[in-house]
Amino acid sequence: MQLHDLAHCRAGDKGTVATLTVVPHDDASYDDLVRVLTADRVRAHLDPWIGGEVVRHELPLISVLQFVCSGVRGGGVTVSTALDTHGKSLSSRLLALELEDVSAARAASRPA
Amino acid sequence: MTVRIGSGAGFAGDRIDPAVDLARRAALDDLVLECLAERTIALGQQRRLADPGAGHDPRLHARLAPLLPVALDTGTRVLTNMGAANPPAAGYIVRRMLDDAGSTATVGVVTGDDVLDALDLDAPALEDARPLRAHGEIVSANAYLGADAIAPALEAGAQVVVTGRVADPSLFLAPLAQRLGWAPDDVDAAAAGTLVGHLLECAGQLTGGYAADPGRLDVPDLARLGFPFADVAADGTATYGKLDGTGGRLDRHTVREQLLYEVTDPSGYVTPDVLLDLRGVRVDATGPDRVRVHGARGRPRPERLKVTVGYDAGSRVEAEISYAGPGADARGRLAADVVATRLAGLPVTPRIEVLGGPADARLRVAARGDDPAVLEVVGHEVEALYTNGPAGGGGVRVHHAPVLGVLSTFIPRDAVRPRTRILEAVGAAA
Repeated sequence: MQLHDLAHCRAGDKGTVATLTVVPHDDASYDDLVRVLTADRVRAHLDPWIGGEVVRHELPLISVLQFVCSGVRGGGVTVSTALDTHGKSLSSRLLALELEDVSAARAASRPA
Repeated sequence: MTVRIGSGAGFAGDRIDPAVDLARRAALDDLVLECLAERTIALGQQRRLADPGAGHDPRLHARLAPLLPVALDTGTRVLTNMGAANPPAAGYIVRRMLDDAGSTATVGVVTGDDVLDALDLDAPALEDARPLRAHGEIVSANAYLGADAIAPALEAGAQVVVTGRVADPSLFLAPLAQRLGWAPDDVDAAAAGTLVGHLLECAGQLTGGYAADPGRLDVPDLARLGFPFADVAADGTATYGKLDGTGGRLDRHTVREQLLYEVTDPSGYVTPDVLLDLRGVRVDATGPDRVRVHGARGRPRPERLKVTVGYDAGSRVEAEISYAGPGADARGRLAADVVATRLAGLPVTPRIEVLGGPADARLRVAARGDDPAVLEVVGHEVEALYTNGPAGGGGVRVHHAPVLGVLSTFIPRDAVRPRTRILEAVGAAA
């Protein structure tokens, strides 16, 4: 399964820092995401686009994981030569992350 | 008592009609139009250098012409940062629009964000610790003013307030604090008002814009997306909504995506007004397209203000060519190799990438530099692929544009002097 099956995501940019807000479709998936969606895993998945550190913040009251990604490759929105200078599409890139170790039962419980 | 505040624009290119709809039907106290990105003000500064009457948001008139008559009619106060690099010029345009409409409503103009003369250009940029001036010619420097810079215009009774660079949430906090009687040193109130501003400042991004993903996160009637408003109580609790009959959705999903948007530290989101702690915030659906948010905490505001500095970063060229059908991706990669070979030795490092899928590939070559002749060569080599490259290349586009870079630094609060000018109606008593 992909992260796309469990969550939606919004990217924001602050200069050469990208923020990625991961919100599960079902709050019940939050604990699974906390377990499997580690900062290291996000960092490895986004390596083509992120050159620096990835820090994860947990917000259990609202079941949200916030990833703060430093060192956006190409220098940030104003001087980047990338097509998507803002890194807006990083949210969808992250949702392509393959998750093998979340129980299928959890995925099946996602409301349509 | 609650105050109803709406969001009528979330960026310079935003739609115009949702703001008019809000002003007409939402019984708003205040409507905020946020139209200023980091780089917009540097672009405005360049226009102002060429024409002293320019530098404000170029859509100022187009955006306000349909809105102001409705807002005046419904008693909705309007606040906007469309003054950009020239708030006084924007203020006079608004004044003239009101005069033409026979309105005696007053206009408040907030200035003082331009700190180019006060800034130490040998100070390090936050981004890379190199001196600001080492990056290129500095063209603009604007401090993020806070709600305290907007308050005098509100106290003076302005019904339209035009600013340049202020922190986006401050455009919302200032009117809320004024109407709800929040003391400037009440950090939790400032946090609550800042959170309202943070959630509303991107307009449609709270109501399902920027969220739709067919089959996963469906957004009804996206083509007629409505913009949000908030009913804010004196204790800072806010209930968000959108107008009946508009498209979009406003629920825990859209609100939570926006809650953390561009937040690099949930324990301390820094504005000129407060350090906003989001860790205790709760988000509860209270009805269809109604969400209640509360629990923001604040810590005292920072002693230094952030400054956004614009510099001349040369020019950028982007050149593209398409390949379709069987082997399109292989031909795209061959084209990339040809361009890379032809451009080897140039004093720029172009980005060369093949976008798209196996049967529909588009080579994209982009470079930034200070020498237009070099960038011209980059664009020319892509164009030359027509008759010298792989089979079936088409759709060449070559685009050159100047690049304004943006850096950040800090300035002591006492080096920044916000000012307010009140523009009264022609013939009105001074």
